Amino acid sequence: MRIYLDNSATTYTDPEVLQAMLPYFTEVYGNGSSQHFFGREALVAIDKAREQVAAAINCRPNEVYFTSGGTESDNWAIKGIARAHSKKGKHIITSKIEHPAVIKTCETLEREGFEVTYLDVDSEGFVDPGAVEAAIRPDTTLISIMTANNEIGTIQPVREIGAIARAHKIVFHTDAVQAIGNVDIDVVRDNIDLLSMSAHKFYGPKGVGVLYKRNGVKAERFMDGGEQERNMRASTLNTPGIVGLGKAIELAVRDREANNARIRELRDAFVAKVNASIPDVKLNGALDFDRRLPGNANYSFKYIEGESILMRLDLAGIAVSSGSACSSGSLEPSYVLLSIGVPIEMAHGSIRFSFGKSNTMQEVDYTVDKLQKTVEFLRELSPLFKNVQGEQRYV
Amino acid sequence: MYNQKVMDIFANPQHMGFIEDNDGVGKVGNAACGDIMEISLKIKDNVITDAKFRTFGCAAAIATSSVATGMVIGMTVDEALKLTNAKVVEYLEGLPPQKIHCSVLAEEAIKAAIENYYERSGKKPADGDKEIKYV
Repeated sequence: MRIYLDNSATTYTDPEVLQAMLPYFTEVYGNGSSQHFFGREALVAIDKAREQVAAAINCRPNEVYFTSGGTESDNWAIKGIARAHSKKGKHIITSKIEHPAVIKTCETLEREGFEVTYLDVDSEGFVDPGAVEAAIRPDTTLISIMTANNEIGTIQPVREIGAIARAHKIVFHTDAVQAIGNVDIDVVRDNIDLLSMSAHKFYGPKGVGVLYKRNGVKAERFMDGGEQERNMRASTLNTPGIVGLGKAIELAVRDREANNARIRELRDAFVAKVNASIPDVKLNGALDFDRRLPGNANYSFKYIEGESILMRLDLAGIAVSSGSACSSGSLEPSYVLLSIGVPIEMAHGSIRFSFGKSNTMQEVDYTVDKLQKTVEFLRELSPLFKNVQGEQRYV
Repeated sequence: MYNQKVMDIFANPQHMGFIEDNDGVGKVGNAACGDIMEISLKIKDNVITDAKFRTFGCAAAIATSSVATGMVIGMTVDEALKLTNAKVVEYLEGLPPQKIHCSVLAEEAIKAAIENYYERSGKKPADGDKEIKYV
């Protein structure tokens, strides 16, 4: 049995996407910047992908910059805006539950003399747009709030935050890495100035992403070198990856509603079964499932530790994540869970299940069964757990 | 990250549970750090005749608990006091660097249990290992 419930970590490359990519390794291998026909053929494919991205988020093709992935896009957006606007001010607003690609980038800027406000979130992980507005200062140049959280799936009120940023003439960036394909995004409607995405989160290949940057928004270039990407991001264009990203986002947007409905049905069934069959659990994140990524279920299991749950499920052929994959191996519990007020010992006992488009209801049933046995086994083993007359409690 | 030996022991840990009529119990670590280890010992004529563990922690914590309890059964109390975390790691054929502290916890839990045995039996004054953190 091999069940993959870690679709927020990465997804497989859709066979249709792979087929679209293959000719660009061996046949159309020219450098998209070359003037000859080999190069021009590659450029045609790159331009098509640019249009596919533009159509998906309602921007112009020349506002799409191809990168190596979500982390680069976040780094570029935040450093590029902060540094380009440092004469106006050196204050950035973000949240406490952003991805490390945003938090660590902000920390680097703090060492360079920038000031960063890390906004609190509520117990379900929501940023309060009112708190964003209240944090704005005369020297604020950038607001960066993720569209959806990678660990707990909470979908932020990006449209409201975008409107506030626009009203105050402050640049608004959103890390949409988890949201593309799951959430309806329109950069014009939502007043988004910059947006990060990564192809491998929506059934595209790894190692390729996009930074969307609204025309007219001044940003520093990120990679020095050649004049690719309108002289903003040097490096030979990754034609197969870019073609794959374009195809993947086209499919993701085309099939979004159908995929979401299916995935959500699996996740909802999983949540209902876990709640019914395993006592002393807490679902972390948004409780209004309309404001939560359709495939996300993040649970804290009292009295036991997350990694041992993960490894027992691994032994049963089920792949999940404890905390987020980026930080597994660290001994610190998830800062996202601590930020939403999960007690530290329960934060240690948390697992993210993320469903994708190839999962089945049989897999849900098998997982709940193995999970229930795993939790029971580990609780029997736990010195924190005593089952006293059917009442389970910390001891 | 874990080798096959660690995974095998984690998949099928031995000596789980709590000895109700124990002669010594040691409990070390804390929930905020993500691991608590509790080892209970049955001691007869200065020999450890049984050992059981209950652990809140990662796969490495559970595997080291299983190994440490298995190792001390049959040892004299003095021998068990000399059990080091390095011997537990050696038995497991290595642990990832960030998991070495789990083996230290196992060593500390054994020592705490023996200290508790000394205190309760009055056989030997407790040395009071100041490094041991009780919960």
